[in-house]
Amino acid sequence: MLYRENGQFKTSYRADQQIFPILQDRLAILALAAITLVGVPLFASDYLFRAILIPFAILALAALGLNILVGYCGQISLGTGAFMAVGAYAAYNFVVRVPGMPLLAALLLGGLCATAIGVAFGIPSLRIRGLYLAVATLAAQFFVEWAFLRIKWLTNDSTSGSVTVGALSVFGIPLDTPASRYLLCMALLVLFALLAKNLVRGHIGREWMAIRDMDVAAAVIGIRPVYAKLTAFAISSFIVGVAGALWAFVHLGSWEPAAFGIERSFQLLFMIIIGGLGSIMGSFLGAAFITIVPIVLNRTLPLFGNAFGVHVDTALVSHFESMLFGALIVFFLIVEPHGLARLWSTAKEKLRLWPFPH
Amino acid sequence: MAARAAGDVILEVRDISLAFGGVKALSGISFDVREHEIRSIIGPNGAGKSSMLNCINGVYQPQQGAISLRGRTFQHMKPRQVAEMGVARTFQNLALFKGMSVLDNIMTGRNLKMRTNLFQQAIRWGAAEREETSNRIVVEKLIDFLEIQAYRKVPVGRLPYGLQKRVDLGRALAMEPQVLLLDEPMAGMNLEEKQDMSRFILDVNDEFGTTIVLIEHDMAVVMDICDRVVVLDYGRKIGDGTPDEVRANPDVISAYLGTAH
Amino acid sequence: MGFFLETLIGGLMTGMLYSLVALGFVLIFKASGVFNFAQGSMVLFAALAMARFADWLPRWLGFDNRLLANLLAFVAAMAVMVVAAWLIERLVLAKLVNQEGITLLMATLGISYFFDGFGQTVFGNDIYKLDIGLPKDPVFLFEQAFQGGILVNKEDLYAALIAALLVAALSLFFQKTGTGRALRAVADDHQAAQSIGIPLGRIWVIVWTVAGCVALVAGIIWGSKLGVQFSLSLVALKALPVVILGGLTSVPGAILGGLVIGVGEKLSEVYIGPHLGGGIEIWFAYVVALAFLLVRPQGLFGEKIIDRV
Repeated sequence: MLYRENGQFKTSYRADQQIFPILQDRLAILALAAITLVGVPLFASDYLFRAILIPFAILALAALGLNILVGYCGQISLGTGAFMAVGAYAAYNFVVRVPGMPLLAALLLGGLCATAIGVAFGIPSLRIRGLYLAVATLAAQFFVEWAFLRIKWLTNDSTSGSVTVGALSVFGIPLDTPASRYLLCMALLVLFALLAKNLVRGHIGREWMAIRDMDVAAAVIGIRPVYAKLTAFAISSFIVGVAGALWAFVHLGSWEPAAFGIERSFQLLFMIIIGGLGSIMGSFLGAAFITIVPIVLNRTLPLFGNAFGVHVDTALVSHFESMLFGALIVFFLIVEPHGLARLWSTAKEKLRLWPFPH
Repeated sequence: MAARAAGDVILEVRDISLAFGGVKALSGISFDVREHEIRSIIGPNGAGKSSMLNCINGVYQPQQGAISLRGRTFQHMKPRQVAEMGVARTFQNLALFKGMSVLDNIMTGRNLKMRTNLFQQAIRWGAAEREETSNRIVVEKLIDFLEIQAYRKVPVGRLPYGLQKRVDLGRALAMEPQVLLLDEPMAGMNLEEKQDMSRFILDVNDEFGTTIVLIEHDMAVVMDICDRVVVLDYGRKIGDGTPDEVRANPDVISAYLGTAH
Repeated sequence: MGFFLETLIGGLMTGMLYSLVALGFVLIFKASGVFNFAQGSMVLFAALAMARFADWLPRWLGFDNRLLANLLAFVAAMAVMVVAAWLIERLVLAKLVNQEGITLLMATLGISYFFDGFGQTVFGNDIYKLDIGLPKDPVFLFEQAFQGGILVNKEDLYAALIAALLVAALSLFFQKTGTGRALRAVADDHQAAQSIGIPLGRIWVIVWTVAGCVALVAGIIWGSKLGVQFSLSLVALKALPVVILGGLTSVPGAILGGLVIGVGEKLSEVYIGPHLGGGIEIWFAYVVALAFLLVRPQGLFGEKIIDRV
């Protein structure tokens, strides 16, 4: 009843092609923007920022990048951690070696370096696909991890790649409170989400999806697989690289290569599988889910265990996490391969009829 | 029969031979196609018809022989180059993009005409929006032509087979081709659907003047709508001419029906 | 020269362990076309089961004999792997029958995470000793030819023997028994096999069980050598490049690929590693696999795949 589109006729193709064609959606997004950009910074606690909101924002950005490559273009990648690392260490190098380098510029330059590496490791995708490509991206993951561990020049001669960054500021405003850091991350997230959505609904997005669905037919229409795949790798790596730099600078402060290990790659892949492959919204939902679940488990499992007289320590909680995520991956792949995003749009479909049965 | 008079030769296939490993799919095939005509390639299963289309398209590279399109000869061409030269095709197994809607599938056919770069598309406002809208107008006309307006936002995987075939045709037409290759467009259709599809094919040829090469098994359709026919059997050409000529050709009869005892 | 040979033999031993894990991969891929990312986790799970049962059973049943404990533990661990195989087939594979490879790959990734968590929840997450009575002392070979002889671990020699026996047994199984023939038929063409009455679901349970048992043997050998711990499942990830090298559908390829990777890793670490800063073992196998994928994707012995439109 609230969600009906009655009376909302589109009189131009341009109106039909908008990101949020339904008025109620537009209002909802405005409300969400108000809450996340104004309400939250005013009322949330430091803990909430550090433990949930900032990690969510940055990982959602990384998941967005990965979803472009895996969800829209169908190229599987297990090397996301490596590209985040490239973004992080490249940004670090720019900040440390170039005096007066602004933070935003360093982040973007980090992203560009990740783009270069991403395209290089994307070249195998022109000849191989599926599980073979997965193994090739593992080569990227382990090689890059090793490079930052052992090649001193890449980490400004630090021991085994451990580096630290100092105080951050943007356009002269110091980012010393969690709220300010959160706002930076959210601003970048919203910006990149908008740009990504535009790309995905433009003709490059259709090229990516065509390559994903049937690349031989795509070639016959005139789509160049090389261009489509490499642009997917490039844009995906850029976003992932910026996210990596953000993760290192804003969330961690000091880090080493292990922060971007294979577990990170798997984590991001899980986010987009659970959230929904080929969906911008899915990246957000998956990131939220995977950020929140461990915290919930940490709080509730010990209580649960105490009720049964079983002592639950942090190691056990993390095992439960593995089991839960593993089971959820399988569950989603069987029941709803398009993840939470599809569940969400199905719910909206039902909402359009509510409260009428049909 | 095609409404316009056939023009000059637009597509010529000369002495094409194609082999996969030890299997010879095509041996020394030569024929030509005139502009504006509707040409059919027929033959028993396994005769090499789809392989022939794939060679014209650039999907397969023949070991021998050459193909000319409007005088430009090529032996090895990438599918994209062939597409740029104005050749479009549909597929026997319906190579539609299952994850996209009808509208998006047909819009992919406009891909060669869309010129905005990545930055313009990322911003969307301005050049990219205008380009998207103008191409949408073209595609909507095609959707009207194929009478699938009600399904434009439906994911193609959910449509019945007959409608999917129309989307396949729409995607090929969106390329505004000069030559349209149709690989068994009526496969798996009932009588009514075949009549619809025949009507679309004739309309395309009539309204847009598109030259059509089609692979077809249904003899009634071939005799009805085609100007000239090429007959293949075991990778060799065994007949070439108007439907009546081909029907009377003893080689063709024995290939299809076996020799009379 | 002696040092070179020692390194070589050490590499062969590690390589053989990779081969065992890779064998499980190849079996599953041959029979069901599924790329089992969870093979490493299955090795860990099986090894954990074996190690813990060997510990618990004597306590529960009240006896002290080491050999008996190990035997019973082996049987118990096998039973666990059979149940696991059955559950995987029923709950996961049967539901994902017509999906593309990438979906199945991600499903096995989920299974791998599940096994890691479940195994450590049930069996614990310390490092466990696995003692099946293999002598651990070193032996010196070829003392006449090389000064001091070449140092080889007796444990490794026994492990190599066990692995060879396993491969021989599997080959016999595939060639001579009815079930083995059915497995080869299914690997060749699912639909054709089904149409002559081979029950696909049951075959897949058998395949995953066999793979599970191979994982158990690999886990025992490896656990005996290194101790049973979580890092086992990560090291087993290295079997992926092994099957790329050997060819996803080839059993001899898995064996040879494992040995080549094992030797290559050790030799490159010792002779090239110092020039590059050391520690190149973590990526050597993958980069070799990448090179093969670009030049010869079907590996040394695999079959070429042709896409038809």
